[in-house]
Amino acid sequence: MALDQSFVGRTYPPTPAYEVGREKIREFAEAIGDPNPVYRDPEAAKALGHPDVVAPPTFPIVISMPAADQVVYDPALGLDWSRVVHGDQRFNHERPMRPGDRVVAVVTVESIKSIAGNDMITLMTEMSTEDGELITVARALLVARAAEEEQS
Amino acid sequence: MTETESVAERFAVGAVLPAASFPITRKDLVRYAGASGDFNDIHWNGRFAVEVGLPDVIAHGMYTMAVAGRVLTDWAGDPAAVQEYYVRFSRPVAVPDDGVGALVEVTGKVTKALDGGRVQVDLTVLSAGQKVLGKASAVVRVS
Repeated sequence: MALDQSFVGRTYPPTPAYEVGREKIREFAEAIGDPNPVYRDPEAAKALGHPDVVAPPTFPIVISMPAADQVVYDPALGLDWSRVVHGDQRFNHERPMRPGDRVVAVVTVESIKSIAGNDMITLMTEMSTEDGELITVARALLVARAAEEEQS
Repeated sequence: MTETESVAERFAVGAVLPAASFPITRKDLVRYAGASGDFNDIHWNGRFAVEVGLPDVIAHGMYTMAVAGRVLTDWAGDPAAVQEYYVRFSRPVAVPDDGVGALVEVTGKVTKALDGGRVQVDLTVLSAGQKVLGKASAVVRVS
């Protein structure tokens, strides 16, 4: 069933602030197997001109993915979340996230399409500090694959 | 060759980034699930993955994106130089529980000079000889 086009442009309420921590950045860097000292050692980060360690470029997914759940599980939208796969992902960084950033995410439905029974929804997530400094914009295409009977 | 020239050549259109290969095991996926908070069963539960029609447990697309991004950040020198990063998840990376896992191979090339001392880099990301990320590209500040 095609999704309601009137959701395009809808913005969801800001998420509670997520406080970025130095150890969380380290944990994420370990998990992606990246030994870069700029993710762990404040002195190495300072040598590159940063005030503290920085987070890897894909780290903001830790915040944007839970934020997107507001849309994925919105009963009014009716996305079949059991059939959702991640279609694509984009990040536009103003700067890397750093320890102490208290990040608020605001999700907007940017587009809704239906192609061959697949519902395709693009979510734009703006992540800013509580003070309103924009850090990163993430865009994710989520695809709810057509149910079997709709494919035939 | 002066130092300045070598830096210019390193970031010139057509320049090739150092390639890298990354093995992925089930343990890596478990660790990434914990660090990212994405505990979707298809990334660790083989029984569930097969039930929903996948060949096996598959890597998180975001894990593959992160791993491929290391080619960008290692080349750029400062991860903060990666201002934009885009990938399409075109094919899942199956990670069998066979003691070997999967191998992701990443190559990259500077394809365009942009304003503001930035360049576009296109990545090719393969596993088992097939493209797993499509249209993978980044905008990197190089000066």
